[in-house]
Amino acid sequence: MPVITFRQALKDAMDEEMARDQNVILMGEEVAQYNGAYKVSQGLLDKYGSERVIDTPITEEGFTGVGIGAALVGLRPIVEWMTLNFSAQAFDQVLNNAAKMLHMSGGQLRVPVVFRGPNGPAEYLSSQHSQSFQAFYSHIPGIKVAAPSTPYDAKGMLKSAIRDDNPVVFLEAELMYSWKGEVPEEEYLVPLGKADIKRVGEEVTLISFSKPMQMVLEAAEALEKEGYSAEVLDLRSLRPLDEQAIYESVRKTNRCVLIDNDWPVAGFGSYLGWLISKNCFDSLDAPVELVTMEDVPMPYNHAMELAVQPSVEKIMNAAKRVMYV
Amino acid sequence: MAEQVLMLALSPTMEEGTIVSWHKKEGDSIAQSDIICEVETDKATMEYESVNEGTLLKILVPEGGQAKVGDPIAVVGESGEDISALVEAAEQKAESAAAAAAAAPAKAEPEEKPAAAAGVPAMPKPEAAPEPSAAAAAEPAKAEPAKAAAQVSAAGIPATGGLKASPLARKMAGEQGIDIRALRGSGPGGRIVKRDIEKALRQAASYGPAAAVEVAGPAIAGIPAAAGPTGSGRDEKIPVSGKRKIIAQRLSESKYSAPHYYLRIEVDAGPMMAARGRINSRLPKDAGGKVSPNAFLIKFAAETLKKYPSVNASWQGDTILRFGKIDIALAVAQEDGLITPVVRDCGSKGIVQIDRELKVLIDKALTNKLAPEEYSGATFTISSLGTSGILEFTAIINPPGSAILAVGRIHKVPVVEDDGSIGVRSQMMLTLSCDHRVIDGAVGAAFLSDLKAMIEYPIDHLY
Repeated sequence: MPVITFRQALKDAMDEEMARDQNVILMGEEVAQYNGAYKVSQGLLDKYGSERVIDTPITEEGFTGVGIGAALVGLRPIVEWMTLNFSAQAFDQVLNNAAKMLHMSGGQLRVPVVFRGPNGPAEYLSSQHSQSFQAFYSHIPGIKVAAPSTPYDAKGMLKSAIRDDNPVVFLEAELMYSWKGEVPEEEYLVPLGKADIKRVGEEVTLISFSKPMQMVLEAAEALEKEGYSAEVLDLRSLRPLDEQAIYESVRKTNRCVLIDNDWPVAGFGSYLGWLISKNCFDSLDAPVELVTMEDVPMPYNHAMELAVQPSVEKIMNAAKRVMYV
Repeated sequence: MAEQVLMLALSPTMEEGTIVSWHKKEGDSIAQSDIICEVETDKATMEYESVNEGTLLKILVPEGGQAKVGDPIAVVGESGEDISALVEAAEQKAESAAAAAAAAPAKAEPEEKPAAAAGVPAMPKPEAAPEPSAAAAAEPAKAEPAKAAAQVSAAGIPATGGLKASPLARKMAGEQGIDIRALRGSGPGGRIVKRDIEKALRQAASYGPAAAVEVAGPAIAGIPAAAGPTGSGRDEKIPVSGKRKIIAQRLSESKYSAPHYYLRIEVDAGPMMAARGRINSRLPKDAGGKVSPNAFLIKFAAETLKKYPSVNASWQGDTILRFGKIDIALAVAQEDGLITPVVRDCGSKGIVQIDRELKVLIDKALTNKLAPEEYSGATFTISSLGTSGILEFTAIINPPGSAILAVGRIHKVPVVEDDGSIGVRSQMMLTLSCDHRVIDGAVGAAFLSDLKAMIEYPIDHLY
C-alpha cells in the first residue's frame, strides 16, 4: 500500500471529490496560486481552474459567509481557513448561519459546506496563533466536527465530509501535514461518527483525537514496556460522537485517561469525562483523568510552550494514577 | 496535606477496636504498609498496616483506647503542618460519641441489623419496622423486589462514611457477596479498588478446597471406596447460590453479633400427644388432615410468650423492641437451603387454625412459592429435627427475634415415678437459644420452665 503524507491524503480527497462532483469547489486565502499556505491544495488550480479553486481576500467573515451562501444554493464548497485561529473572525457565520439554517428553515435549507484548516498549537506561534477550537465548534448543535489523526482516516473522512449535507468543521494540524501513513490507491470512505481502536489493551483506556494521538500511542508503548496494557481509542469524530465505543472500552478496562490538547475548563475532554462518569459509573475503578493544556494563554518561550501541553510523560503518569501503580 | 488515620474494620464484624500498642510514635515517618499499631478486634489482635504516608503528627487514641470503625486514631502529614483543625474535629467527634455512649451504654450500630436468619432464615428483607407483621402484610407485593435489591446492595456498600471504595469495587463486592468493610484498600487514602476485591476473591478461593477435600479411601474387600458425590474422587467447587449466600450471611451475622446462650429442658410429651390424638380423632374427614405436633408447640409457645413479653422482643441497638404480636416461624428444610414461614398473630389463634395456616405455608415453602412477607419478621422461631431422629440440638437465633426453640425427637424412656415405680414416658428435649442482650438467663429459664408446664399441663393455664 502506498505511504503518503497527511497533506497528500487531504489533497487526494479534495481532488477525487472535485473530479466526482463539479459542484465541489475550494476557496480560501492562498489556496489557488500559492497552492495553499501549507501546500494542501497543490496542483488543484491547474487541474480545475480558477472558477473552482478560488483565492479569497483576507476577510474570513466574508469568504466563510460566501461559502455558506454558495452551499445554500447548491454548491459543495470547501472553505479553507489558513488556521482555525483566524476562524474566530468567521465565528458568527458558522454559529448563526451554517449551524442554524436547516433548523430555522424547517428543514428546507441544507448547508453542505466543509470548513477545514489547521487547529491547535504548532510551534513558536505564541498566544494568538496556538489555540484549539474543538470545544468552540463541538459546542454548537447543527454542525459536525471531524478530527482525524492518520492520513488514511483524513482522506476517508474528508471525502465523507464533502458528501455530507451538513456543515462540517474539519480539524487538521500544522505539524500533522508531514505525517506519513498507508493509504490505499482504490477509493474508500471513512464515515463520520465512528471511533477507532488504534491499539488494543486491557488495563486502561486512553482516549484522544487528532494530533495528540501520536503522543498517546507513544505513551501506550512506553507503558507496555513497563508491563501495563493500555487501549488507545481515537475518537476521529467529535460530533457525532461514538459514545458506544467509549463505553465499551472503559467498561472493559475500568479506567480512563482523556487527552485533549485544549484548555481544561468547559473543554471537550471535560464533557467526555462527565459522559463516562455517568454511563460507566459502576465500571470505574478510579476517577477519570484528564490531560489537557494548562489553563493559560500559550507562552512563546519554547520550553514553556512544551511544558503547558500534554506530553508522553504526563499521559503515562495519569495512566499510572488510574491504575494505582 | 495532613490526613486522619481512621480505624479500619480489621475483621468482617468489627465495629470497634482497641489499640493494644503503637509501633510508631509521634514524629516517626511512616510509609505505606508500615505496621503502625496493633488493634484488638472482636476476634483477634491484628496488625494495622498504614495506607497513609508521611509523618505521624499526632496519636489521637492512646494504647488501651478504643475507636469505632471509621473514627480517627491518628493524624499523618508533613512535619510542621498545622493540624489543629483535624485534631479538634476528631476530639469533637470523640466527645459526641462519648455523650451518646453515656446516654445508651450498650449502643451498637443500628443500621446494620440483619434481616433474617438463624435456625433458618431467609431472603433479604429489611426488618426493624416496629410492627413487622402489620407492615409486611400492608406492603404491596410489588414493592418487595426493590426492597430486596436495596438490601443486597447495602451488603456491598458500607454504612460508615469513612470507607472509600471505587464504584467498580463496590459493585464487585456486592455481586460476590464480599463484605467490603472487611477489606483493606490499597488505593490512595485507603480506597478499596478492583485489585483488592480480586485479592479477596483469590484468598477465598484458596481457602475453599481445603474445606471441601474429599479423599477417596482404598477399596477394601468389597467395601466401596469413599468417593465424592461425583464418584470421581476429585474435589468439586459448587457455586454458591444467592439464597445460600444470604443464609450464610444472616446466620453468621446472628451468631457473631447476638451473644447466644442455651437452656435445655426435658419435657413429657405424653399429654400433648394424647391431646393431639383426641383432636385428630374428632376432626371431620374433610378437615384437611391431622393436626401436627408443630401446631401444638407453636400454640404453647405463643401462650407462654404472652406471659413473657420480654422474650417476644428484638435488639435494636439503642432500644429493645417489644413486638405487639406474636409471629412464630417454623424452620422448613428445602432442597437448596432452608426457610422460615411465619404464622402471624399466634396468640389469638387456635391450634387447628394455626395448623391449617402452617400446612399452606409449608406447601409453599417446599415449592419455593413463599412471598417475602410470609417468611420474614418472625418474633420467635421453632426448629424441629425430631423426625430425623435428633434427640437434642442448638439452633442459631433468627433475627429480628431473640430466641429460637430447638425441638428434639419424642422418644420413650423409662422413668422413676414419684412413688418409686418404673414407668415409660414420651420424652422430648427442648433447647432454647437466647440473645443475652435482650433475654437474661433467669428470664429465659423461667420462660422455658413455663413452656414445659404449658406442654405437660395445658389445662392449668386456663385458670
